[in-house]
Amino acid sequence: MIETIRSLGRWGLATFERIGRAHIFLFQVLAGIPGLAFRGSLVVQQLFYVGVLSFALILVSGLFVGMVLGLQGYNTLVDFGAEESLGVLVSLSLVRELGPVVSALLFAGRAGSALTAEIGLMKSTEQLSGMEMMAVDPIRRVIAPRFLAGFISMPLLAAVFSAVGIFGGYLVGHGLLGVDDGAFWSQMQAKTDWYGDVLNGVIKSIVFGFVVTWIALFEGYDAVPTSEGVGRATTRTVVHSAFAILGLDFVLTVLMFGG
Amino acid sequence: MPLIKIRDLHFYRGDKAIFEGVNIDIHRGKITAIMGPSGTGKTTLLRLIGGQLRPDKGTIEVDGQDVHQLSHAELYELRKRMGMLFQSGALLTDINVFENVAFPIREHTTLPESMIRDLVLMKLQAVGLRCARDLMPGELSGGMARRVALARAMTLDPMMIMYDEPFAGQDPISMGILVNLIHHMNNAMNLTSIIVSHDVTETAEIADFIYLLSGGKVIEKGSSVQLKKSSSPWVQQFMQGLPDGPVPFHYPGVSFSDDLLSPEEIS
Repeated sequence: MIETIRSLGRWGLATFERIGRAHIFLFQVLAGIPGLAFRGSLVVQQLFYVGVLSFALILVSGLFVGMVLGLQGYNTLVDFGAEESLGVLVSLSLVRELGPVVSALLFAGRAGSALTAEIGLMKSTEQLSGMEMMAVDPIRRVIAPRFLAGFISMPLLAAVFSAVGIFGGYLVGHGLLGVDDGAFWSQMQAKTDWYGDVLNGVIKSIVFGFVVTWIALFEGYDAVPTSEGVGRATTRTVVHSAFAILGLDFVLTVLMFGG
Repeated sequence: MPLIKIRDLHFYRGDKAIFEGVNIDIHRGKITAIMGPSGTGKTTLLRLIGGQLRPDKGTIEVDGQDVHQLSHAELYELRKRMGMLFQSGALLTDINVFENVAFPIREHTTLPESMIRDLVLMKLQAVGLRCARDLMPGELSGGMARRVALARAMTLDPMMIMYDEPFAGQDPISMGILVNLIHHMNNAMNLTSIIVSHDVTETAEIADFIYLLSGGKVIEKGSSVQLKKSSSPWVQQFMQGLPDGPVPFHYPGVSFSDDLLSPEEIS
């Protein structure tokens, strides 16, 4: 009994210690970002690895999600004779929710896991220690550019996801099911508010980008430097990111649309 | 005055003592070897000197500066004058040999590209790998990776280089090359070298002074000739690589006969 309480206490202390380390790490990374003003090429390189290489996945997924939304939405709306509102349904679902959330989940799986594995392996092969001993701060040289790249990429990828998704919904709605295209686009434009819907979606994707990139980089930097440790860290990145995205999505939705 | 002065060094990992009251002097221009069995904290000692770890007690002075009292910026300034060769080489795997050697120059100077090229080729020539400059780290053998790492450690012309197990896992040719390189570099560039190793023959061959560590303490110190003549059975066992002696072959526990006859194991 006492041993159970003890182990619970140890677990609690270790968790709080880790959360503390994660925050110190975040402050160090943020402090390293102004220095990147003179090292633009490092950020551009990472924008390619983190953002551009995730593009195909986001594009294809967005198209399919939009097409499924079009199909499912049509089947419901047609019962009420409201199939011309399909554009509104697809666009609001995507820009408010599915765009930021699904693209963040995909981003965590594609770019987040890659970041954790890369940083974790750099740690286990002493590359980060090597840099420190060459008087090069790895947080500024390696971590900060990746953080900035993830933070910039995520909202852009979410925007692409939503745009392609709406187009997918249009393809199915108009091309396959015969919804009037004038009604599809005009109702969408009339009912989708720039500040209330689009901007809130963008804010969500910015928050998700910040959190997912932070989790991914911290997990890599804090990984136990063995192959098993890096494997576990990569798994943790995907799992913790998914929890963080879905939990934060609820909180942000309550704040934005709750009242 | 020694370049590195370690006084009353204590370092613990959890409850386990790694160092308990270690005093070491590393003299300028000399090759000093730190030897001892695996797990005695030899690599930890290098990390303490480089300021990557903090001691629990005691001081480490490098070139008159207390490493652990320096600010982040001062420590990084000091590290520019310290080279370190990691056991794995620690080369950056996403860039080729040339870029690896050029890395510290690009990070710390604004030299023109033509000068960087000349400097890198000079360093690579010194380790015999000038023509391997386009290879990626994954294409190098272990010995070659260490030579590239050595060229990289020398690029900023440091005052000292710390070698972490430079000879471990090397074939006889690579071993010979590394022994010669370390010896030659130290004399040619007036470096101070610290070699952490348990390869007794190779290290004793080039070391001017040797510290033997075990159980968190300095067991013996002196030149290789003095150590070979040491009356301590522990030193003799280590220097001659004897399988049994004060450091027993068997992990401590109950005797073999007692273990075989132990009734609780029979069930």
